[in-house]
Amino acid sequence: MHGNRFRHNLLTALLLGPATAWLVVFLVLPFIAITVFSVGERAPEGGYQAAFTLAQYANLPARATAFWNTMVLAPAGALACLLVAYPVAYYLALRAPERWRLILLALVVIPFWTSLLMRTYAWMYVLGGRGIPALLAYVGIEDIRLINTPGAVLLGIVYGYLPLMILPIYVSLERLDRRLLEASADLGATPVSTFLGVTLRLSLPGVMTGFSLVMILLLGEYLIPTLLGGGKVFFIGNALVDLFLQSRNWPFGSAIAITLVLVSVVVLIAANRISTRLSGARRVDLI
Amino acid sequence: MRAFVVAVFCFLYLPIALVVLFSFNAGHHASELTGFSVQWYGKALSNPFLVEALKNSLFIATTSALLAALCGTAAALGLQRVGARTRAVFDALLGAAIVVPGVVIGISTLVALVQLFGVVNPFLASLWPNDQPPRLALGYGSIIAAHGLFSMALVAMIVGTRLGSLDRNLVEASSDLYATPLTTFRSIVLPQIMPAVIAGFLLAFTFSFDDFIVAFFVAGAQTTLPIYVFASIRRGVTPEINAIATIVLVASVLLVVLAQWQLRQRKPSH
Repeated sequence: MHGNRFRHNLLTALLLGPATAWLVVFLVLPFIAITVFSVGERAPEGGYQAAFTLAQYANLPARATAFWNTMVLAPAGALACLLVAYPVAYYLALRAPERWRLILLALVVIPFWTSLLMRTYAWMYVLGGRGIPALLAYVGIEDIRLINTPGAVLLGIVYGYLPLMILPIYVSLERLDRRLLEASADLGATPVSTFLGVTLRLSLPGVMTGFSLVMILLLGEYLIPTLLGGGKVFFIGNALVDLFLQSRNWPFGSAIAITLVLVSVVVLIAANRISTRLSGARRVDLI
Repeated sequence: MRAFVVAVFCFLYLPIALVVLFSFNAGHHASELTGFSVQWYGKALSNPFLVEALKNSLFIATTSALLAALCGTAAALGLQRVGARTRAVFDALLGAAIVVPGVVIGISTLVALVQLFGVVNPFLASLWPNDQPPRLALGYGSIIAAHGLFSMALVAMIVGTRLGSLDRNLVEASSDLYATPLTTFRSIVLPQIMPAVIAGFLLAFTFSFDDFIVAFFVAGAQTTLPIYVFASIRRGVTPEINAIATIVLVASVLLVVLAQWQLRQRKPSH
């Protein structure tokens, strides 16, 4: 019996060992490293010098533009994604013909797993001088600048993250009990009030999941502002690349990275809270 | 609403279609279609830097996806055997590996590895006083490890979900019929989770092959395909890039379709 238990534990340890080592060495330790760096100082030749100071955090306003752009364009981008995604998810879950549903769903998922770099490049191509502006010039509208504007970045964001917003909303709508919709209509509710009171309300957890996922990924976005913003629209991701790979101010960069993670955690917790409250409200409503 | 959905699908696929279309354009200028040609594919594939970057990406994606599939599956199986508390800690770490932005994973891995090498390299040098000592540096290893972190977490989640919906009756029946745990695993559990493992492997491969931001930080002197493409895009849009983009897009689409198909395989056919 004793030997059996030992063998059981040994096998468990062997199964979990590699993953644990991986998580510790490449997730936990790196996180500890940047935490330590963020309270250090920049060495004269770049890199890191041991210290214990909050100067790096006090210096955060030096990158205020990057924070401001990210904090405005990330929620705006997530919201724009949501407005485009909701009708699509609604159609896929409740209106699409059965035999088309899986194909359409696959068509939504595929872009998410294809290279974001290539997809963003496609828009560079479309918005760039030889794309839409050339077409507009052809019909007589000259000097329209589309690329390297905040609008182009927003467009790229919607394009890049739309699939990630559609999926969770689709899942929550698909699970929805259709009898509730019938009941609502039978009780004399108009389609609009059925949508607001039943459909939208019950899909809010999916909306929150999608919104927080997209928002968190956007907080660390680098490719889209770089390629479609042309160095004019700076995100936190751009500031991090600059601080780590060009100006080599690692402690300041670490402080920004830690701040970024903390903001992400706050977004996640807030989204979780709101979801819990919403599903709580749902339970009361159903009784 | 139908019209809106159709418009969104056009929005999703038109830019990609345009890139594919222009990759077959005979002319040098992107402004007009002048005829069909595959010359840009030839140009792209005879560029030694590009071919090198492509080989690196294939090697890194294959290795990291294999390691991730092995360790992730083992972790998912192991998590079935531990208490709720250990499981919760593990799930939180796996979730963090997926959710933490790539840019943060990239820089923190860079910082940690540079510090680690700063300690290990002088030590190695002291062990080889005369010869050229081995030196640890950023490169294949660091990219594989950093990509594998995300991928392993992804595989563990996909396989874990499949294990959760495993038919317990079959497992019990198997042990009731005096099958050893190993036999039960091989003939009951493994066939049922295999589609999830393969799907996880394919998604891990796609992720690694497409990733730019993590590799950008930890690549050291190595170049992957996305890093090469990013650098050339910044120098200017050329038809050659359209050809590479088309190849990459077609390859990822095939892999994702294959992964989806694997995940939909409900029961093994024997």
